[in-house]
Amino acid sequence: MPESSTVKDVLSSSVECRTSPLRRFSLSALHRNSLGVFCSEDNVQECLSHISQEVSSFGLRPAWTEPGSGSELNIVAALNCMYDLIQLHRRGLRTLENMEVEQLKSNSNVDFLQLSTTRLKEQLEISKRENTGLLERERQLQLKVKSLQNCLKNEKEEVQKLQNVIASRASQYNHEMKRKEREFNKLKERLNQLLVDKKEKKQAIDVLNNIGRADGKRSLWKTEKMEAKHEGEMYKTLLSDYDTRQRELQLENAELRKVLQQMKKDMVSILSSRKPAAKGDKHEHGGTQAASEEEDDEAFDSSKESVELYCVHAREKLTNSIRLQWRRLKSHVERLDSQVSSAQTGESKSTDAVPRETHEEEMDRLKLEIQQCKDFIQAQQQLLQQLSSPCDEETASLLSDCYMLQEKERLGDEWKTLEEQRKIFERERRNFTEAAIRLSHERKAFEEDRATWLKHQFLNLSPFSDSKKPSLSKSKSAFLISAETDSSAAVAPEKFIKHRSESPRCVPLTSPSTADLYRTLCLIPEDSSTKPKRKTEHVEESSVFCGNAPVRHKRWDGIQDRTLSQEKNSSI
Amino acid sequence: MNFSEVFKQTNQLCKVSPDGKYLATCVQYRLVVRDVSTLQILQLYTCLDQVSHMEWSSDSLFILCAMYNRGLVQVWSLEQPDWHCKIDEGSIGLVSSRWSPDGRHILNTTEFHLRVTVWSLCTKAVSYIKYPKACQKGIDFSRDGRYMALAERRDCKDYVCVFVCDDWHLLRHFETETQDLAGLEWSPNGCVLAVWDSCLEYKVLLYSLDGRLLSTYSAYEWSLGVKSVSWSPSSQFLAIGSYDEKVRILNHITWKKITQFEHPAIIDNTKATVYKEAEKRPGVGSDEMPLHNITMGATLFNTQSKYEICPLPVQIPVVKPDPDRASPKIGISVLAFSSDSRYLATKNDNMATAVWVWDMQKMSLEAVLEQTSAVRCFQWDPLRPRLALCAGNTKLYLWSPGGCVSVQVPTEGGFQVQSLNWHCSGDSLILLGKEQLCLCYMDTDQEDKFKGTRCRLLECSFFLSGLKHSQQTQHSS
Repeated sequence: MPESSTVKDVLSSSVECRTSPLRRFSLSALHRNSLGVFCSEDNVQECLSHISQEVSSFGLRPAWTEPGSGSELNIVAALNCMYDLIQLHRRGLRTLENMEVEQLKSNSNVDFLQLSTTRLKEQLEISKRENTGLLERERQLQLKVKSLQNCLKNEKEEVQKLQNVIASRASQYNHEMKRKEREFNKLKERLNQLLVDKKEKKQAIDVLNNIGRADGKRSLWKTEKMEAKHEGEMYKTLLSDYDTRQRELQLENAELRKVLQQMKKDMVSILSSRKPAAKGDKHEHGGTQAASEEEDDEAFDSSKESVELYCVHAREKLTNSIRLQWRRLKSHVERLDSQVSSAQTGESKSTDAVPRETHEEEMDRLKLEIQQCKDFIQAQQQLLQQLSSPCDEETASLLSDCYMLQEKERLGDEWKTLEEQRKIFERERRNFTEAAIRLSHERKAFEEDRATWLKHQFLNLSPFSDSKKPSLSKSKSAFLISAETDSSAAVAPEKFIKHRSESPRCVPLTSPSTADLYRTLCLIPEDSSTKPKRKTEHVEESSVFCGNAPVRHKRWDGIQDRTLSQEKNSSI
Repeated sequence: MNFSEVFKQTNQLCKVSPDGKYLATCVQYRLVVRDVSTLQILQLYTCLDQVSHMEWSSDSLFILCAMYNRGLVQVWSLEQPDWHCKIDEGSIGLVSSRWSPDGRHILNTTEFHLRVTVWSLCTKAVSYIKYPKACQKGIDFSRDGRYMALAERRDCKDYVCVFVCDDWHLLRHFETETQDLAGLEWSPNGCVLAVWDSCLEYKVLLYSLDGRLLSTYSAYEWSLGVKSVSWSPSSQFLAIGSYDEKVRILNHITWKKITQFEHPAIIDNTKATVYKEAEKRPGVGSDEMPLHNITMGATLFNTQSKYEICPLPVQIPVVKPDPDRASPKIGISVLAFSSDSRYLATKNDNMATAVWVWDMQKMSLEAVLEQTSAVRCFQWDPLRPRLALCAGNTKLYLWSPGGCVSVQVPTEGGFQVQSLNWHCSGDSLILLGKEQLCLCYMDTDQEDKFKGTRCRLLECSFFLSGLKHSQQTQHSS
């Protein structure tokens, strides 16, 4: 292991470095080293100075601040010094360790780099070899190409040569043929001559008696006149042929003209029939159309007369007008076509006659959709795989955590609303109890009143007591009013508020509890938080009005209680 | 449809006189003239040798019999049986003999095409035309018989001579722009002369009667060119069949190509009807026509056939020509317009079993007749759009725009139709076998059936209308 050895080397060297001052010292203190220890009773001073020297060489504060103190060793300073030394030592050790680690790392790096270099070298070698191989092949191919080119050139030359050969042969053959033909002709001549000359077997015609000509006429002498006559006849036949041809062409032309006329008429009729319909969009063409139409009609009429005349001018006019009409018809038809196509595209895309572009657009759109769907499916599949694979438990747990959190939040919200409802119920219950207490109080008061009243009545059972009665009844009524106000002390203002603040759906309520209940049933939590305060104020006012102190106190307390409890409830 | 009895003939020499009254046949060295209506022998002439060529004069008064081996031509008169005329070309030889259109001159082409000798029967005069060219069609008379065009070769150049047939006056003589002129043909109206080059070069030249070059047409270069040329009877179209299996139609005003008809091996043109001849043994599928079988006792051993309409596409059998051999069997060799110029019938040589009928009004394929054997000959009815064809077997085939029929020729001894000729009235057909001939009478009118003047006529199963009907129903199904 080379690395370990180097490490050792480094260690040993460092150790040497560290031990070197010690060695220096040992030279001077060798004689005291007989006891085997550094310091003894005798050489304390020396040791001290030595140590201090050493320490100062380390850049530390000397162990003893005042050298005058002699042998007295400042323990604190020494300890500090020692501590510093130890710290130094530790640090040194740590750096050593780090250095070692670094060394190891760099060693491994070096190794790795060496390895990679060798590998790269190998690769380089291989590629070099390949390169040479390729070069070789290229050279071979080039050679081949060269040879093939040579071959081609040779072939071309060969072809050229052969073509030349063929051409020369053809010319030779032609020449030969001509020569032969000439010879042949000569031979023919000779043969002819010979046969004519040879009298022994002469060509002969043997007719019993001459027959007349088929036309019964005598044959005529060959004269100039005859020649002229033949020429004349020839030209006559030619002329007659041309005549017949011209007549045929005329006939054909007439037919065609008739067809043209017919066509024109039809066109005119079609165009005129659509004219009223197209009057609306006629303005786009402007007055030029009308003008040309007039011209057309005129041309039409003139051509009508000139059908028999075959005058060039008329013909031109006719053809021009036809052309014009035709153009117009064409444009009309085109417009109709475009209208139809646009209408179709507008109406429904599902019809077959939908133009190509929309088809294509639709196709593109659908393709895009399909692509999107595919992507989506792929993504889903991937997600599914991720979910199903065990390595993704963390994400799954994370997801479930997310769900849990959501759920928690939702539950918290629900809890809150429930809590609020509960509060409202609580409040109402309290209202009920208060009302019941009040009622019992009132009843008691009423009982007492009745008793006093009965007593009064009983006492005033005299015939003159009638005059007193109204005052009593008055007082009673006044009492009654006060009692009523008392009994509905909390109710009337409540009602009042209700009418003032609430929507008209709230029917006037007889008791505060039902009003509250109603409110809770209507689930108006925001009102519930604001109303009680107002209520309290009004209640205060009402209590002030009626001047019923104990009741007021009680109410006040209760309300305070209620608000408190409300706060409590919300905190709960 | 009725058939006459069978007569002997040799060399397929059998011709109806131009007036349609007489039928001349050669049997070895004898010339027999019959009345067409009765088929009775009117005259019998004896020639000096076996006849190689026989021809009626245009006035139906004389018959020319040429014996090429002997260099002899004998002329017989129908009116004067005693009259005779013998023309001896002597040692110079004879390869071709024909009447001039006036019927008073005979044009003999000597061996080696040394010259053309014009013999006058009126004056015994003889005149020579030198340097005639030996080619596919070197001489042509105009339809009215007034002019003759002759291809000439001198000094290794092609010339055309136009003669006035009346007195053999040389009207025009001009050089043509051809390498090797192969043929010439007058238009039916006699005003335009079509001249075409040999197959080595596709070139068609059109000359006016006065020798002006009207137009030149060449469809392509380098490969083999024109194989056949035909004028429409109206002189309106010139059909050119070539080695590239196409027919090109030129018009008579601009002389440019109007259209071209291709002959593909697979027919998928939905407008065309393909009739395929289907053979069947008489004993097997006889339930369809039991009555006909009884009447056709004579042909019991012959196979019957009928046309079926093939559903498209149809594959036509193609024979690949041998590329090493000269004049390969490929290309349009026969072109024929119907008398009303409405239809054009063609035959492509490497599809020997098929005849193509084209509609010249629609300029499209009308019908294809696919035969079981190679088509030998076809000819249009001179009056009606009706095509008769034969395929070297015992049947006669007829096509008309309404349908197509195959008729068994009801004769003993296996009469094989090699060639056929229409009578000029279009009422009858002359069917030529190897050594026999037979007349076939069309049922044009009902009264024809009851004339009863024909001897030994055999009833034949020819119910054109019924067959047409069945074909149509087949087609519709």
